[in-house]
Order: sequence, then C-alpha cells, then structure tokens
Amino acid sequence: MSCYRGKYADELIKNAAYIGTPGKGILAADESTGTIGKRLSSINVENVEENRRALRELLFCAPGALQYLSGVILFEETLYQKTADGKPFVDVLTEGGVLPGIKVDKGTVELAGTNGETTTQGHDDLGKRCAKYYEAGARFAKWRAVLNIGPNEPSQLSIDANANGLARYAIICQENGLVPIVEPEILVDGSHDINRCAEVTERVLAACYKALNDHHVLLEGTLLKPNMVTPGSDAAKVPPKVVAEHTVRALQRTVPAAVPAIVFLSGGQSEEEATLNLNAMNQLSGKKPWSLSFSFGRALQQSTLKAWAGKVENVEKARASFLVRCKANSEATLGTYKGDASLSEGASESLHVKGYKY
Amino acid sequence: MASATILKSAFLPKRSEWAAATRSSVGRPATAMSLTVRAGSYSDELVKTAKTVASPGRGILAMDESNATCGKRLASIGLENTEANRQAYRTLLVSVPGLGQYISGAILFEETLYQSTTEGKKIVDVLVSQNIVPGIKVDKGLVPLAGSNDESWCQGLDGLASRCASYYQQGARFAKWRTVISIPNGPSALAVKEAAWGLARYAAIAQDNGLVPIVEPEILLDGEHGIDRTFEVALKVWAEVFFYLAENNVLFEGILLKPSMVTPGAESKEKATPEQVAEYTLKLLHRRIPPAVPGIMFLSGGQSEVEATQNLNAMNQSTNPWHISFSYARALQNTCLKTWGGRPENVKAAQEVLLARAAANSLAQLGKYTGEGESAESKKGMYVKNYSY
Repeated sequence: MSCYRGKYADELIKNAAYIGTPGKGILAADESTGTIGKRLSSINVENVEENRRALRELLFCAPGALQYLSGVILFEETLYQKTADGKPFVDVLTEGGVLPGIKVDKGTVELAGTNGETTTQGHDDLGKRCAKYYEAGARFAKWRAVLNIGPNEPSQLSIDANANGLARYAIICQENGLVPIVEPEILVDGSHDINRCAEVTERVLAACYKALNDHHVLLEGTLLKPNMVTPGSDAAKVPPKVVAEHTVRALQRTVPAAVPAIVFLSGGQSEEEATLNLNAMNQLSGKKPWSLSFSFGRALQQSTLKAWAGKVENVEKARASFLVRCKANSEATLGTYKGDASLSEGASESLHVKGYKY
Repeated sequence: MASATILKSAFLPKRSEWAAATRSSVGRPATAMSLTVRAGSYSDELVKTAKTVASPGRGILAMDESNATCGKRLASIGLENTEANRQAYRTLLVSVPGLGQYISGAILFEETLYQSTTEGKKIVDVLVSQNIVPGIKVDKGLVPLAGSNDESWCQGLDGLASRCASYYQQGARFAKWRTVISIPNGPSALAVKEAAWGLARYAAIAQDNGLVPIVEPEILLDGEHGIDRTFEVALKVWAEVFFYLAENNVLFEGILLKPSMVTPGAESKEKATPEQVAEYTLKLLHRRIPPAVPGIMFLSGGQSEVEATQNLNAMNQSTNPWHISFSYARALQNTCLKTWGGRPENVKAAQEVLLARAAANSLAQLGKYTGEGESAESKKGMYVKNYSY
C-alpha cells in the first residue's frame, strides 16, 4: 500500500516522534474565542483579546513548564499573538523546545437523518490554510470529530462520515508540512458501562485507520488523540487500572504500530483522574509500540485558571499550579507518578459538562 | 523501579462474555431498522419539484457557468467579461418567449440567482413566470486530490446547509454539484470513493434545506479508451454513488441525476453511433439506477449540439422506468451565443435559435427527433481537451 512520500515526509516523521518523547506531552490551548469566553467568565474575566493573550502568556511563559511539553495546540488568533514584551508566542514555544500546533477544523454540523449526530467541517481550502500556518511556524494540526454512545449511536453513517473527514484532513495536512493529530472523540456522556465504551472505541478506531489507509496517509507522521476507555458519565466509576487495561487493549487491537504516539484527551475527567489513568496505562506491561501521553486542555488548566482569577498579582501562584500539573502528567507518561501532586483547589474537581459543546 | 501490573490472562475476554457483549451493544430493537428513509420537512416538496423538472418533453438549461467560465464564452464572441455583459447574456437566455414549453429547469450561478434582467426584473421571477424552476450551482469547484493519481475532488461542504437555506429563500428549488472522474488517470479507488462520498453528503444537506439535489459525477470524455472501458468505470462509479446516497439517508424520489452518456473516449479510434451509445447507456442505467429516481438529465460534455440531441433521441425509443432527458449547457447555448455575438440587434434571432435547440431536445426526450433543418454550426463538436469548467 502506497502512502504519502512527498517533500515533508521526513520532517513529519521526525516531528511526530518528537511529540511522543517520553516525559513530555501536549497542552491543548486551542479553545476558540467562544469557548475560551466560557472559561474566562467562570472566573469573572471579560472575554477580550488582551485577556485571552494574557492567559496564554501566563501558561507559555511559566518558568520550567515547557520542559514537560512537546507541543502546544493553538487557536488561529493565538498563533499570531505576542508576549507583553513583544515576543511572538511561536518563538517562545519553539525556543523552549515545544512544537506549535494549530486547530484547523471549523466545528461540527448535524448529520441529516440521525439523532443529533454530527460531522466536522473545514475541508474547503484547507491546503491553503495549512500552508499559511506552516509559514507562521506551526508544525502540527488538530481536527476534532465527535461521536456519542446511545441506543442506536454511533450510527454507521456517523462513523463513516467522521472517519472519512479525518482522513481527508490528515492527508491535506501532510501535503503541507503539518503532522495531523487524528481526534475521534467518543463523548463520555451516558450511562453505558466500560465494555460498551470499549466496543464502540474499537469500532470507531478501526474505521479511522481504514480511512487513513485508503487516503494514503503516512501513519508514521500522524498522532492519535482518542478518548480513554471509561464507563459513561452516569455510570459507576472504576479504578485507574481498569481504565488502563480496557484502553490499552482497545488500542492494541486497532492502532497500527507505525503510529508513533497516542496523546489522550481528558474529556471532562478531573485533573487528578486524568493523570492517574494515564499513569496506570504506562505502568501496564504488554505490547505498547506507541508512546502513551497526554493532550489535555481542561485537565491541565483548570486549577491554574482558578488560581489566576484574572488578577496580575495571582500570576505567580497560577503558574505554580500549572507547573504542578505539567510535572505530574510528565511523570504519568513514565508510569512514575505517585499521586502526590499538591492538590490545589479544583484538581480533583470533575470537569464534565453534559452535552459539552466545545 | 516502577511496579508493573501484568495484563492478566483472566482479563482477556471469555467466549461467552464476548457473545453477550456484542449482543447487548450491537442488537437493535426491530423498530429502529424501519427508519430507513427519514421524513424530512421538505420531503413532499422535493418529490413534487423533481417530478416537475422531470416532466415529459422537457429538460434543463444549464446556465451556471462561473464568472471565469462565462468569461471564456463571452471572449469567444469578442466580449469583455463584465457583470453587465453577463447580465445581458443571461437576460437573453431567460427571456426567450415560450421557453418553458421545452425547458423545465434552469441552473444558475450564484451571481445570477441574485441578479435582475437588464429591464430590472429579478431573473428568478422571470424564470418562474416562464414555468421554469430555478436551480443553483452550490459546489466550490475542483481541487487536486492528495494521494491520488493527479485526480481532483470537489469542494463546497463547509457551511453548505446555510447556503442552501439562503438559496431556497431566494427562490431556488434545486441544486447542482459537479465532481469529475478521469479514466486516463485510473480512476483510483480513492478518487471514486471521494467523488461518491462528496455527492452523497451534498445531496443529504441539500434535501434537508429544501433543494432537490442534481447528482453529477461526470466521467470525463478525455482519453483514448473504448466504450467498454467507459461502461466498466461507469458501473463502478454509480454503484458507489448509490451506496453512499443510501447511507446518508437521501430520499431517492427527491433527487435527479446528471450522468455522462457511455461513449468512447474523445481520442479513441472507436466511434460509436447514437444507437450504440443508447444501448450501452441504457444497460448501465438498468443495472445501477433505482427506479425510484424520477429523472436522469444527461450532460453533453463536449458533444456537438446535434450529437447530444441524436444520442438522447436514441435512448428514448422505448419506455424507461425513469424520465430520460437533458441538462445541457454548451449543447443548448453554442449556436445561440454565436448568433448573438453581443449585438442587441441579434437578440431576437439568437433567442429563436435557442428555442429551436430546446424544441429539438424536447422531441428527442419524446423519441421523436428527426434531425430536419439542422445548421452546420449545431453539428460542430465542442470537445476541449483537459477542459476545465
């Protein structure tokens, strides 16, 4: 089977492998203007460009934090923003050994004839946009497809539409020098048990990799950002070890060894929960040809956001909070996290929002 | 050294557990399976519109050339590509007295949908008063398909739902999306899949917003291949198109097709008679097109005006399960455009030419075309190698 072997092939392989460096992971800071508005309003901060910029500066310039990160996903606005001193964020990250990434999808739209299922749009002129982002310094991209578990969901149509959409996006990114993160998020909403989640996850991932191969995507130059396999949000919780076993088993069955790294989404888990689950996965012995790491948004920023509360005098305290979470997740990628991260306010708070609109 | 947890063999699924798990997660109540075709809010209207466009003795005038393509047409008669000239030309076309006798629908480009005639009447209104259903091109053109053999795919899905809704409000009642398949380049499995999938997604979205989708996977004429190869490719393409249309819950009674006829490639040494084209094309349709589809409106794809009419006529020599008709652009407009030449004093003559062409194709739809009185111009082939639309 032939796959992409164009001018960016070697660079894509190198960058994808770098993102999976043990001890490192991704900070997802690509909240759209609307979504970041919700975060800011939760701490009574106005949703204006300066505040959005200040929050990202708080994160990216936290001393000692960048060593635990291999990539940061940005929203388009942030890609072109600078620190208060006038240094482009892209430079701050690159100099800190962190690859800048960019969210390129244009949100979800409903699939006609389904029970509220969606597909993701953003393919029109995607090649041109990727080329532009590469010029601005981005080296990886992200596209989020969303599926859900219900009595008749996910439907075959939803699986096919989302898998095909991801594959199209992936090859277009590679043609333009960006490592595509493939994100088929199966929402945690529902009362299903962990076995149902495992079965759905396996079916969805199988479809994704079939589509990626049909579209000749270079797997060594991609990353996967899946949900962990867990019980539904309304079902009884299980210990991290059980999450780890079900998740790793699902991945062994569906994700080719050529994929260098799997960077989990947190999807509403609390900061601590997400870290403990990741840690348990890296403690399992067995076949794991890809590195298992994180690409967390809420699960890295929640307590930091609370500590900041929008006030300049809180920046140092907030940064300390952020550093704690980064270090904890770094250890989790090595299976060495002892669960002893000083729990600041909000670290064990569930971040699940029913029917979450991202 | 971190303690390791071994994946216990007890953790691996037992056969009985597996069977139980699949039953509970995959089994569906019988009622869910009956939901094969959704009852959307526009279902009845879609069926009615499709039947109207597919009415006996009538077909579609395709006049949806993008500004760039229209520019080529105008340039061929020495006219500048300005909005005024495009407006003048489209006014000429839609104002042909009695056009609605032979034309059931007209596909417009976005600019035209919102334009008025040179007399200040909305073009959409003129069409409706002529008993012609307005349609709208909604795709955003072809771009190179990554990972293929130099093939293309069609863009336009982003924001399509709201665009269709706006077009419906403006008066459009059907839509059109053109993707292409190239036989010399394969076609690769990826290109066929991408073409079929894009059409299916577009069709579902269009129907959801009140527009009857014309499904157009044009198998390009370019190439040296013979008619058997075209037939083989067409069988594959249509199988896949209908598979994905079904998967996307598209209402077949509310769509129209715009296929290419099955002919040898333009550079082939083989030449086919209208009877041969009809035989191959009808065989394809019988094998691949569900009878629920009300109308099959062929594209002309570079055939001369007369050729396109003769081929259509040959296909209508016996009754078919679907209305077999035309959706022609160049094969309706060519002589008309040349007759006009951009001069106001030629408008009437040009309009008469268009009406005559439409009337000829109307006869062809009824299987009664005799070919009397055709001009030399109408017999001129219009094939352009590597034609970009």
